Amino acid sequence: MTAAVDLDDVSVRFGDFVAVRDARVHIAAGTFFSFLGPSGCGKTTLLRAISGFVQPSAGEIRIGGRNMAGIGPNKRPTALVFQNLALFPLMKVWENIAFALEVGGVGRAARRKRADELLELIALPGQGDKTCDELSGGQRQRVAIARALAAEPDVLLLDEPLSALDLKLREHMRRELRAIQRRVGITFIYITHDQGEALTMSDQVAVMRGGVIEQVADGNALYDQPESAFVASFVGENNAFRGQVREVNGDYANVATEVGMLRARQAGRNGRQLGVGDAALVFVRPESLRFATSDDGENNFPATVAGIEFEGRFWHVFLEIGAGKQRATMTRVNAPGGAQATAPPPATRGAGGEVTLCFSPDRSVALPDGPLAND
Amino acid sequence: MNWLHSLVARFGAGFGACLLALAAFWVLLLILLPQLAMVDFSFRPNLPPAEQGGAQDNYTLEHYEYLLRGSEADGYNTIDLAVFARTLLVAALVAALDLAICYPIAYLLAQSAHGGWARLLVLSLVVPFWVNEILRAFAFRILFGGSGVINDALLFLGVADVPVDFIRANVALYSGLAYAFVLLMIFPLYNAIESLDRNQVEAARDMGASTFRVHWRVVIPHAKPGISSGCTMVFMLSAGALAAPQILGGPSSLWFTQIIYQWFNTGNNWPRGSAYAIVLLVSTVLLVLLAMRLGKVRLSELGR
Repeated sequence: MTAAVDLDDVSVRFGDFVAVRDARVHIAAGTFFSFLGPSGCGKTTLLRAISGFVQPSAGEIRIGGRNMAGIGPNKRPTALVFQNLALFPLMKVWENIAFALEVGGVGRAARRKRADELLELIALPGQGDKTCDELSGGQRQRVAIARALAAEPDVLLLDEPLSALDLKLREHMRRELRAIQRRVGITFIYITHDQGEALTMSDQVAVMRGGVIEQVADGNALYDQPESAFVASFVGENNAFRGQVREVNGDYANVATEVGMLRARQAGRNGRQLGVGDAALVFVRPESLRFATSDDGENNFPATVAGIEFEGRFWHVFLEIGAGKQRATMTRVNAPGGAQATAPPPATRGAGGEVTLCFSPDRSVALPDGPLAND
Repeated sequence: MNWLHSLVARFGAGFGACLLALAAFWVLLLILLPQLAMVDFSFRPNLPPAEQGGAQDNYTLEHYEYLLRGSEADGYNTIDLAVFARTLLVAALVAALDLAICYPIAYLLAQSAHGGWARLLVLSLVVPFWVNEILRAFAFRILFGGSGVINDALLFLGVADVPVDFIRANVALYSGLAYAFVLLMIFPLYNAIESLDRNQVEAARDMGASTFRVHWRVVIPHAKPGISSGCTMVFMLSAGALAAPQILGGPSSLWFTQIIYQWFNTGNNWPRGSAYAIVLLVSTVLLVLLAMRLGKVRLSELGR
């Protein structure tokens, strides 16, 4: 069984503090859905509201169409994987996994059998009689997931379960989690502050800031069509140029910035369209910045190379632009043959080189001015 | 002798030796020697001072035999043995009662109370113990007396027609003992439960466990060292209590410590008192060790 989760203008207040404000989102059944945001953005509170440990102050949470108001965490079709896993250290691995069945009054033999099946599913066959501290971090991780799955939930909730693992294991567990989700076919709701995790695993991602859901989209759309300055700066690297809208021309806006007039695609939706005179931000991804050639008539400006890093597959070129020494980063692919557009010209191979940059209006976005992720 | 090295390295040879001597003084002179003297005493006949160390002062089992047999050779000392058994049984019951009372309080304190509210709770537990033991025992006597607050309330509410004799029924004694050692139960329990990760309780609840099962499967197993530590202390101290039984005990029921006291004091028979006291000590220790084995608790866990 799997179920859709609907949040209908859900707000959670703790005294005067609003942890979540008017969250409205539809999470389709059987999908991998992530809430992404910096710490303190309200994502954990939202997860706890879905699992039933926190009551919403306003709004409605529906799981499989059923209103969850007044239903406790032990009666909801959800299971939660805790950030610190919260395995029971005094029980054996199989007893941990079979705890939900024990609660349900299943006999010992049947519990053991189901636990062994789940150990098979998480690729830990025959490890049931170990204690939890005999397992490695990644194995404990999988036991926690198996324990939650044993309850046969319609929705599995995961609260940053990978944050305690080292980088390599974390990347491995991302694929593992995604594979487990496909196998069991239920809805996974995943909480993370790590955009890499959110983008690689999820069908849909909700980006949160200060208790508000800023945008819900798949990874590609979040990256290419951010709808707010926060999303543009939080998801992936981005160069931001602050300025004022001088002209709006269909899907494009001309923004007067410190580095000159920039023309960029408008991406704001839902009444977030730019008008003449508005304060705006133009975002250009590091990989969308190019070295200008003589044919480039617009969006070009001089810059000084402040430093360069060679990373094998990429060069990162750190730049300073204009009198205000605005910082920007440019990423160049180390392509074979060293085509003009990709390889850095000799002038940039040391700090202090003068270059001219440009970008295509279609590979940039102009958005209403707003707080950035690193503000 | 690793610890010896680190002691010397930390404090220097002179001060380290001083510390060692102090600890040895405490353990040997203040704890071990007096107890050994009592053991020695318990195997000697009760002689007037002039004859002590004389020809008749030979080791004997007569005091231990007296506890078992009484003054007649072929019978059993049913009176003293019954008091002994009752003392151990009631002390165990007092420990169980304290556990039942303190577990919810300790859980509340450890898992849900915060900041000022928790401090207030702890303070309200501690402050009553500023009142000395005798005064507290007499207060209980007044509370449970024939015209005490409780009987007045029962009569007023019409629950009872005549005052209930709580003293004779030993209700006052059991309550007094339980109250006297409440803190010794609460703090080990609090320490144990406080170290439990709250997420484990939530995880169990999330998987559908009832409140009872959360406690039975998660909280109690975790708190087991604290539970045994608290129960051990309450049991030992209840079995060895003297003031509360003297003041709150019913007229027809003695506590084993009262018999010991009588031998030392009015009976003027120190060897017999020592023998009785040692029987009490050894049997309570054995009972505690047995209970710990049954509950699968290791001795080292009590110190946590």
